[in-house]
Amino acid sequence: MFASCTDPAALGDLHWLVCYLTTAKHLSFYASFGTVLLLLAVTAPAALALGFAGAVAARSRVLLLSWLGKGYIALVRGVPDIAFFLFFVIALDQGVEYLRHVWLCPDWSEPIRQGSDFRVCPPAKAPLGNAPQWVHEVYGFALAVFTFALVFGAFAANVLFGAMRAVPRAQMETAEAYGMTPRQSFRRILVPQMWVYALPGLSNLWMVLIKATPLLFLLGVEDIVYWARELGGTKTPQFTDYPHGDWRMWYFLFLLVFYLAFTRLSEIVLDRVMARLTKGQATLGGDAQRKAAA
Amino acid sequence: MSCYDTFIDYGLRSIGIGERLLPRGDFTLCQQVVLIGSGMIWNIYFGALSLVSGFFLATALALAKTAQTPWVRKPAEAFIFVFRGSPLFIQFFFAYFLFLSLKQSYPFFTPLTSATWGALLVLFFNTAAYSAEIFHGALLSVPKGDIEAASAYGFSPRLRFRRIIWPTMLRLAWPAYTNEAIFLFHATTLVFFSGFPATAQKGDALYYANYFADKTFNPFIPYPILAGYFILLTLAVIGLFGAVNRHLNRHLPTAPQRRRTGMVPGFLR
Amino acid sequence: MKNLILPAALLALTAGGALAQTVRLGTEGAYPPYNFINDKGEIDGFERALGDELCKRASLTCEWVKNDWDSIIPNLVSGNYDVIIAGMSITDERDKVIDFTQDYYPPTASVFVAKTADANTKGVVSAQTATIQAGYVAESGAQLLEFATPEETVAAVRNGEADAVFADFDYLKPIVDAAGGELVIAGEPVPLGKGVGMGFRESDKPLRDKFDAAITAMKADGSLNALLKTWFGDATKTY
Repeated sequence: MFASCTDPAALGDLHWLVCYLTTAKHLSFYASFGTVLLLLAVTAPAALALGFAGAVAARSRVLLLSWLGKGYIALVRGVPDIAFFLFFVIALDQGVEYLRHVWLCPDWSEPIRQGSDFRVCPPAKAPLGNAPQWVHEVYGFALAVFTFALVFGAFAANVLFGAMRAVPRAQMETAEAYGMTPRQSFRRILVPQMWVYALPGLSNLWMVLIKATPLLFLLGVEDIVYWARELGGTKTPQFTDYPHGDWRMWYFLFLLVFYLAFTRLSEIVLDRVMARLTKGQATLGGDAQRKAAA
Repeated sequence: MSCYDTFIDYGLRSIGIGERLLPRGDFTLCQQVVLIGSGMIWNIYFGALSLVSGFFLATALALAKTAQTPWVRKPAEAFIFVFRGSPLFIQFFFAYFLFLSLKQSYPFFTPLTSATWGALLVLFFNTAAYSAEIFHGALLSVPKGDIEAASAYGFSPRLRFRRIIWPTMLRLAWPAYTNEAIFLFHATTLVFFSGFPATAQKGDALYYANYFADKTFNPFIPYPILAGYFILLTLAVIGLFGAVNRHLNRHLPTAPQRRRTGMVPGFLR
Repeated sequence: MKNLILPAALLALTAGGALAQTVRLGTEGAYPPYNFINDKGEIDGFERALGDELCKRASLTCEWVKNDWDSIIPNLVSGNYDVIIAGMSITDERDKVIDFTQDYYPPTASVFVAKTADANTKGVVSAQTATIQAGYVAESGAQLLEFATPEETVAAVRNGEADAVFADFDYLKPIVDAAGGELVIAGEPVPLGKGVGMGFRESDKPLRDKFDAAITAMKADGSLNALLKTWFGDATKTY
């Protein structure tokens, strides 16, 4: 990066380190923190939305919907996320391509499965075979987000399902007494009230989600752990200007600090949200707030 | 070779009983089901032992976190923070590294460099930290009135804890604790995946699923088998925890069951 | 409308010639000197140089893609890239699922590396999970110790967890050279595999043939040998 870095072997320790830490490879490492944060920022709302849909379906009075919701919660919650990432994403990718194939190439005569090969017509490839690399990366990232959202959506659905049941029945009965339709009481009473019961479970889920991001590399997304492993590994002088021994420990220590700091930050924010949600609620916490204010 | 023979040969392969070599050609569905199932022994071993032992440490940590004296509170808080705040695989990495260097100076620590004890210890600490946080939250939510009533009845602090606070805490914490148990069992798949080495091809369910996926180049058979086993395991955990939950809540009136109207939409009634 | 456009588009794709279609080359990026990530963060190594040259000769537009080793074949057959060029040995098992070109790296030996030359290669031997070397060690009767990455297999020998590590000679050699005598090659080399080749989907014969022809040409004019010497040293086996 710097002009003075052309001959690292001749540099002093500190200067060497500065040059080492600013190689293009390290810049990719720093950029991957952005990737991970972006993934979290997109996945969390998506998972919440899926979880909400799952919880509502599971509560539905229509048996079919209720089965669908409960089946989703039970099945996806039952599978370790890592197993999901090892086969589901390829299946998902093939599913997308298959649908596009049926839609775009109705006249295609060759079989799609040839032995172990999966071949759709070229226009149905997702992304197209001649698309630039960044399109592939965005597509891979989208698959990762979807998979993460699907997995964590099931856990969120479970939390929200419990939270909806935790809203005191008296509240719902009062709503009925006021003549609200089930739809109205759901929208105006149940949903606003359930968050305070759901938040502890959801924050726990958020903490687990943060820590699941190392699985990203299984999906072909280069995350911070991939780069830490790559950069930290022993480098022999033949292949780099900056040879060093096994430095994985230092890189992982750095990741550890990052994760701890991120967790701490999340805790602070979530505590604030909790305090806000508790306001005016008929819970112990709400009581305490009222007393403190009085 | 019939499936029964396969079962005899590989049913306990993950703990080193049976055939020495793994199957090497013509991988049958039966072999995959049996070997991956055999690997589940490890997942259950890691999950069950760390969960049970972690439960006690978690209770102690949760109590310590409520303590007035910082000498007790701060270490508990730090422990929970570090283990909750970092990904499991980083914990495995540092633990393995630490155990190796300990072993060099004190042979006493040799067993910890194997997954059997080392990974178990890490999982034990990990689940203790997560559970302690859950218990701590529940402890703060124990209704004040309950505690006052116990004191009014002349319960000693010790008895009051054992008979009132602790059971109430468990009751409140149980749904979240069930989730933690599920996550823990899932986390056991990371032991051999990125953490501890597998000796003599004795590994957990994911290790064998990985083996077959690598040999057959077809991920769509071994991983769904693995998923199937884990769904069964999770259902068992949920069932077991549900039974405990009913036991903990047996004195409470149950909410009236909402009547299902079935597949037929409402207007037909 | 759609039906009208599509055949035309298909025609354009095929008629536009191979130049329009990008060929995606999949590699691991963690196996020097075959392939690795250099200081610039780009894929580098023997296979990078070879792949670029082959693409030039076959007049194809090529693009490099990184993929995890474990899922490198499933992702090829699923169509996420078109070629595997990742130091992959040609084996019968793999040949059943994918097609290989002729070898562009001659069959070589895998070796044991240990702290002393007379180390017990039938004792505890470390190898990377799911490699042909791991399979060989398991069958040899030695106690196999499997790690997820090659880095850890060598570390296991350094810290005494394993008596020896068993891996490709070309992966271990630079490490032994840089270790300053701490690590040495032990026991006899073991020939495994039938050399290293590029992997293709079985249904991709035309593409395979193009690369195969380019490799033949490079062998004939000696440019492959020159490339081998650049990356593996003058003592390496050539064609």
